[in-house]
Amino acid sequence: MTHIGQPLPRAATLRLVAGRGSYMDDVSARGELHAAFLRSPYPHAGFRITGTAAASALPGVVAVLTEADLAPVCQPWQTRTGSAPGMVSPTQRALAKDEACYQGEPIAMVLALSRAVAEDAAELIEVEWQELPAITNLAAALDADAPPAHQGLTSNLAWTTEMKGGDIDAAFAAAALVVEDRLTFTRSTGVTLEPRGVLAQYNPASQALEVRISHQMPHQLQRHLADLLGVSLARVRVICPDVGGGFGLKMHVYPDEIATCAAARLLGRPVRFVADRAEALLSDIHAREHIVDARMAVDAGGRILGFDVQDVQGLGAYSIFPRSSTTEGVSALRSLGAPYRFSAYRGRLRSVLQNKVPTGQYRSVGHPVGIAVAERLVDLAAAARGEDPLEFRRRNLVAEAEMPWVNPLGARMAELSHQQCLAKLEALLDLPTLRAEIATLRAAGRCIGLGFASIVEFTATGPEGYGRAGVLVAAVDTVVLSLEPSGEVTARASISEIGQGTTQGLAQVVADAFGVAPDQVLMGSGDTATTPHGGGAWASRGAAIGGEAAWGAGRKLRAEVLAAAAALLQCAPETLDISDGRIIDASGPRMTLAELAETVTFRGYELPAGVQPQLTVAHHYRREQDTALTTNGFQASLVEIDADTGIITPLRHWVVGDCGRLLNPLLVEGQVRGGVVQGIGEALFEACRYDETGQFLSGTLADYLLPMAGEMPDITVAHVETPYSGSVLGAKGAGEAGTAGAPGAILNAVNDALAQHGAAVSELPVTPGAILRALGRLP
Amino acid sequence: MLPPDEPTAGITCSVNGQDIRTQVPLRRSLVDWLRHDVGLTGSHVGCEHGVCGACHVRVDGQVVRGCLMLAVQADGARIETIEGAADPLTLALQDAFFRHAALQCGFCTPGMILQAAELLAANPTPSRAEVREALSGNYCRCTGYQPIVDAVMAVSADMPARQA
Repeated sequence: MTHIGQPLPRAATLRLVAGRGSYMDDVSARGELHAAFLRSPYPHAGFRITGTAAASALPGVVAVLTEADLAPVCQPWQTRTGSAPGMVSPTQRALAKDEACYQGEPIAMVLALSRAVAEDAAELIEVEWQELPAITNLAAALDADAPPAHQGLTSNLAWTTEMKGGDIDAAFAAAALVVEDRLTFTRSTGVTLEPRGVLAQYNPASQALEVRISHQMPHQLQRHLADLLGVSLARVRVICPDVGGGFGLKMHVYPDEIATCAAARLLGRPVRFVADRAEALLSDIHAREHIVDARMAVDAGGRILGFDVQDVQGLGAYSIFPRSSTTEGVSALRSLGAPYRFSAYRGRLRSVLQNKVPTGQYRSVGHPVGIAVAERLVDLAAAARGEDPLEFRRRNLVAEAEMPWVNPLGARMAELSHQQCLAKLEALLDLPTLRAEIATLRAAGRCIGLGFASIVEFTATGPEGYGRAGVLVAAVDTVVLSLEPSGEVTARASISEIGQGTTQGLAQVVADAFGVAPDQVLMGSGDTATTPHGGGAWASRGAAIGGEAAWGAGRKLRAEVLAAAAALLQCAPETLDISDGRIIDASGPRMTLAELAETVTFRGYELPAGVQPQLTVAHHYRREQDTALTTNGFQASLVEIDADTGIITPLRHWVVGDCGRLLNPLLVEGQVRGGVVQGIGEALFEACRYDETGQFLSGTLADYLLPMAGEMPDITVAHVETPYSGSVLGAKGAGEAGTAGAPGAILNAVNDALAQHGAAVSELPVTPGAILRALGRLP
Repeated sequence: MLPPDEPTAGITCSVNGQDIRTQVPLRRSLVDWLRHDVGLTGSHVGCEHGVCGACHVRVDGQVVRGCLMLAVQADGARIETIEGAADPLTLALQDAFFRHAALQCGFCTPGMILQAAELLAANPTPSRAEVREALSGNYCRCTGYQPIVDAVMAVSADMPARQA
């Protein structure tokens, strides 16, 4: 292998630096109409649309549509999953019917010659609103007197489950030390820099729907569009061109996107909808709204005995379709304490409906919550024992020799390298020197903190994850390769590219598997018309699953090419090899790939009878074991707090990760650093806030704060490479681990700094106000 | 297409060296006009309220927010977008962004590169902190910024002024 593992830049970014990308909104359709939505201004209200005449009469308006207009061409949907049996999630529609259950829920749409006119007209739609009591506060949503999030519900509890193993009561009875805390996580959201958007066209003559959309998984959406709009699956084409950020936000079924497709079907004209930033912040999925009460039992020797956890998770008005928002809560509980050895666990999850936009899977689903909770408890225990937090962790981390490890929750972890990662982290930090520097700075009055987080991430989910739950999400992938007459290889992958660079990694895999340079492999993805059905981009699966498909396809094409060459050269295929684009034997080059492909393509008569070279091959990969793969790592964060302003400055950040085989370290490190900064944002800045009446307060990027270049630290990244033994390449997944660990590391660093002043915080994001209150400088 | 009562005004300007005379709706932003009417889609629309910097274009040599300027305000102006920016600094930055993987989704990249070019033109030898400060009006959600800073520093290191 000469290209796998090389830090090659992603070839496709040459287009993007030149401004020659092709994002969803960069292409127009002739005769297209622009959609704008009238969205509920109330978190909960009954409504009746009493007049559309004024809106329709506005020059440039082509149609004003309500639920009743779309109903003949668009089915409602309801989230159901075997992973959350009995879950209550009401029926959802492209446009709401009679009752709006979150602020921003679309209730009508206007199609017009320009977006500006469509927006003007939306304001002229006459609506009789009947405001209903709303529940937005997570802590109050389960109170007996809480108003129901939907009329007719008797409780806002959508689903509850208990995840347990071992004797938890015995563990706490035997404990020499019990630490506990309540951590509160405020909603945040993905904020892809490119907002969601869709251009839909329906051809009534061929009954075919073509949808150009900024989305992570074209095939998943194809299936849902076919079902909801009553179009045959094969006649739905979904094209996901360059995607300006995904992070999980662009993998759900959104009412406005479905309404746009339905309108295109209804009118027989192209319809475009691009969310503006305000409606993106209001209507994109939010994530990670939790209140977690957690206790940890520790024995006299400082060994963790067990965790007892209560998690209340906000779902919003619906459990997101199709994957269900409850996944985040389950993932939070599963990841909590996963790096450690313990014998008992009890986790109770209560997933709660609220009058807010639905939450959904967002980068590193649930892990940042579970990891922050466990790592906070670990620091509390170390402090109570008066020992170094790394020593406490070292004692409790599951050792390499104990793998595979199945914890009391039944979570299986294999081939993890906690001890190696910890050792590498300590070397990176030069801990004695760093501790001395911190002591010096503290002596000079500076408020400095160092925090750690140890992580396990469950990732690269296989067929059992959603398949057994009856959710139509593909966890398998296929790569199709063709040897072109030029000797170049075209590849079409069901894995999709959303900027993470997977297609570059796959090109390197194909290059090694087949025998050409990566720049001779042209990757295509993101189009249901040209790629076979597969999973797309989710759960850091591109390398672990897509990579195996790419390898298999490359080896198949190699075998075909060698067989054809052997037939032409009248030798045994075993005596031939492919190297650098040429077919060689022990004596040297015999022919180029272009010569072979030209012969097969244009002069087939030169081949011996019975030889039918397959210059297009496909390889499908499904993992047959391990529901999820596990990766592990360590993060450390150094922060400074300004005790006068409460402002927290991240000074340095370190990551040691083990994502299995690195296909491309340049791109992996990009994922790690970008993920860490997203996690720092979640820890310090990002919040979807609502006032006490349920009005959304974070509708601009001046209100929803993202990390900026000037306030982010340099991040040191190192790797331990433990290949997954269950696959050819051994890649596991790297896209989300940075986000998984950063909030916990930052929270611990902040609390390490505050501990010097006898203070602590327990709510994310940690705001300057919270710091000042903790320090007693604000009431 | 425009509705019959949409107010418009005539403007004359140059875009990437091409002289243009046209009618534009009064309320159309410069970036929307460049993207949808002129057909230059390299500048992107990320927030439409002047925070994210994805819409950066050059107007009379200065980098501006294309979403905070109306197309009618560009009457008489010389406009340059990422597609037309062929100055050595921009080209060097494009190459460095590619080599350092200073982009992932690429949506912020054209605006980021124009901003970085303006920085290096004014200060060929910035510190890392100065680069971070200068780029703080351009959001990147993918990279964590570090490779962007690396790319700008690499271009700075190769500039003649630095070597002198």
